[in-house]
Formats: sequence, structure tokens, C-alpha cells
Amino acid sequence: MTDDFSSEITLEVNDVTHRLRVDNRRTLLDALREDVGHTGPKKGCDHGQCGACTVLADGRRVVSCLTLAVAAEGARVTTVEGLSGEGGLRPIQEAFVRLDGFQCGFCTPGQLCSAVGALAEHAAGWPSAATADVSPDGPTTELDAAEVRERMSGNLCRCGAYPSIVRAVLETAARAAVTG
Amino acid sequence: MREFSYRRASGVREALTLVAEHDDARYLGGGTNLVDLMKHGVETPGRLVDVRRLPLGGVRETPDGGLAIGATTTNSDAAAHPEVRRRYPALSQAVLAGASGQLRNMATVGGNLLQRTRCGYFADLSQPCNKRAPGSGCAAITGAHHNHAVLGWTGHCAATHPSDMAVPLAAFEAVVRYETLEGPGEIPLADFYLPVGDRPDLETALPPGALITEIVLPPVAAARRSRYRKVRERASYAFATVSVAVALDVHDGFVRDARIALGGVASRPWRARTAEEVLRDAPATPDRFRGAAEAELATADPLPGNAYKVTLARNLIEAVLTELAERDGR
Repeated sequence: MTDDFSSEITLEVNDVTHRLRVDNRRTLLDALREDVGHTGPKKGCDHGQCGACTVLADGRRVVSCLTLAVAAEGARVTTVEGLSGEGGLRPIQEAFVRLDGFQCGFCTPGQLCSAVGALAEHAAGWPSAATADVSPDGPTTELDAAEVRERMSGNLCRCGAYPSIVRAVLETAARAAVTG
Repeated sequence: MREFSYRRASGVREALTLVAEHDDARYLGGGTNLVDLMKHGVETPGRLVDVRRLPLGGVRETPDGGLAIGATTTNSDAAAHPEVRRRYPALSQAVLAGASGQLRNMATVGGNLLQRTRCGYFADLSQPCNKRAPGSGCAAITGAHHNHAVLGWTGHCAATHPSDMAVPLAAFEAVVRYETLEGPGEIPLADFYLPVGDRPDLETALPPGALITEIVLPPVAAARRSRYRKVRERASYAFATVSVAVALDVHDGFVRDARIALGGVASRPWRARTAEEVLRDAPATPDRFRGAAEAELATADPLPGNAYKVTLARNLIEAVLTELAERDGR
């Protein structure tokens, strides 16, 4: 059996299918940025510690810097470029803009993808480390600032825009609750 | 990073064979630790065998009333599972206390058990480290060790095991099941991590090439009232300085069952059997809780820079026992 150091993969990125040959060492982050051409996901630490590379893979938020592209074969990937549709910005994006949820903007693509994932996780009833009682039998915990800070703790912002990020996520969650 | 080949296994037997036939192959789960260590040059596999898509995911009930968590279940799915939250809340809390939302979505529970220490010297190729390069020495014991072990370490290595999840698993006496080409096997979590001894590079009792298939939790009545509490250097997304998993069953003011395990203090999750012994059938009082914690830590042997962990561990055990007893008494 010959062992190849590269592989043919298919990625569906923001609803477009890409066939790529990648070195097995290529991370999903580098494949997105260098091969697919989406530079929204950012390379901050490249070690899974800062969250700037966060994307959605099959609907769940992941750090693309620790995901091998070859292992993501067949995944449906959404980057920040794919968050907004023909209807314009998503509510979370609009809230970040209106409430100053960023300063330099480098962490923002990851913050936005992470927030979309975090809100979906909360809507699915997942508890967090800030949830006092993880029992599945009580009411779902309401999102508050402590919950948002905990759920978004995988995304660092070196400008320190956290207060506005928390506000933007909370407001988006509240609007979703009203509009269903 | 060294070049490597990649194989995706479609079944357990194929995975075992793909690893066995290559000198230098490793299983790839979520990759959150392995890929990072490959970037650092600490791990240099020649072949990765991807087991993430094997049909080993999900949580199932066992006939005796316990739960079995499949090895490829993500940390997120394990923590969110209603029966884990209902029967073993400390396990859900521990998993949620680890890493970040993104990493928990990637990481598998099998991989969680096999993650490596976060000792800074282990990841730094310019430094000696007996765990990474056996016989090279330990830079931590004479260097930066404020976050290192206070129990069970030796002069060869004082690194701690970083898993939060493994702490309640130790308290609840979980069993790790695995497959090999010679057949299946199982190891109680208490015996899963080897004593440090003079070979800190040898970390688990898994046979070579074995693939973890599931983690089995026996029924533990006290676990329904259990709690995981973690102290760390920032509010979230950091490894434990000290953590504790406690399950407590109090009846008529006396302790019927107590399970205690500590994280962040040793090379493995530290089952606090001495403290449990002090509590057995004893009055559930703050004095007794403190006495149990002190008895457990009597053998602690801190390094010059981490004596704070002994006090912290003692206070944590006492505080969580007290909290659970008060909740029980309501």
C-alpha cells in the first residue's frame, strides 16, 4: 500500500462546492484562505486559543486552525462571508455594527460565526458552565451577560470590545425570541 | 510539521489494522490536542487513521441503569445529553468547564482521556522533558511549576493531567472499553492512568494499538446530586489549577455515600479515597468535611511554587461537600 501525503477532498463552502487536492498537513483554515480564497476566517494564534478562525462546519462552530482539511472532507462550511444572504446582514451582524461590537475587526469574523453557533446551541437547550443547574428537567436558562461571556469565551478580542459584543449577542437573542 | 498519510477507517477492525500495519500511526479523533502538538513538533506521526466517523458515537443506557458514552461522541453532545445531566450532573459540568464551545464541538470523549499534559516544557522542544524525551530530565521541577502536581509526582515528572471530564469519571468509577486485533478489553478508570514512576512518557494502561470504543458509567445513586467545581486563573477557557468532583448522599444527617476526585493536582485524576473513608457513615458536619479534606491532603508534597494548591484543594473539597449537604438538607 502506498501512502500519499496529499488527498483529494470536496468542501462545500458557503453553498459552493470546491474540489481540492490538499497536502494532508493543510488545515481547514489555510484551505479556506489560500485555496478557496475566503480570507474572512483569520489566523490569530493558529493553536486553537483565540477563536479568530472560527467557522461553522455542518452547522456547528469549530476552530478551523485545528481542523485538518482532509478530515473535513465533505463538510458544509460557513465562513463569515456566507453569513449574510440576499436579504442583507444577519441580525447578529447588524447588531455588531450598530452597537460597536468591534474596534480593529480582526477577531470579528470569528466572533460572528461563534455567536451564530452559540445562539443555536442555547436554542437547542444546551447548558453552559455558567448555568447553575444543568438538569434537563427545569426551564431552559435565559441568556444573560454571564451566560454570553461563558459561551463566547473561546473568542478573544484584544481591543477589549467585550461589553459591546455581549450586548450585541444578547440583543440578537432577544429579537430571535420575539420573532421566533 | 512532518508529512503524514491519512486514512479514514470505515470500521473498528479496519482502524485497528491501519494502525497496526504502520510503524508510526496514530488515531485522529477531534484533533484538538493532537494537531496542535503536531504543529509544535511534539507529536510526529507518519500516518493518521481518522476514527471520528466510526459508528462509536452517542450515549446509550446500560442494562444495570448506568450509561455508556461512545468514544467518538463529542464533548458537546456528552455534556448536553439529558441522561448525563440528570444522572451525572458533575460530568456534564466538568465537560462544560473544559476548553471552549468550538473545541467541545470538535473533541471526542475518547480523545479527551488521551490528551497530553499542558506543562509548558512538554510542548517546548528546546527544553528537557522526560515525558516527551525520556531521560532528558525535567525542567519544571526546578523551573516554572506553579501549576504542577502536589500529589503522586516523582523526581522524573510533576506534570498534571489536564482533563476535566476524567475527574468525575474517576469519582463515579467509570470503565474504559477498548478493542484490539486480539479482541476487546476494559480498564477501570482507577487503573487507566499509570503511576508516574521513572517513565512519565508511559501514560496509560491501554495495550499498543488499542482503540477506545466507549466509557461506561456504572449506576451511582449519589451521582444525581453531584457537583464539579473548578478553580482557574481566569473565569473561563483555562485549565484547572485545582478542580473537584463530589457526589454526596446524606441520610438523617449521616453520610451514606461520598465520592470525591480532584483535578489539577496529579498526573491523573486523583480519587480521594482517604477523604471518602473519613466520611463514611460519619455525621455530615463542616468539621467532618474539613477533617476529610485534611486527611486526603496529608500526603501532599508540594513544590516550592505550588503549595497554594494544597490549601486550595482542601478548601474546595470542604466547600463543595458543604454545598451539597446543605442542598440535600433542604
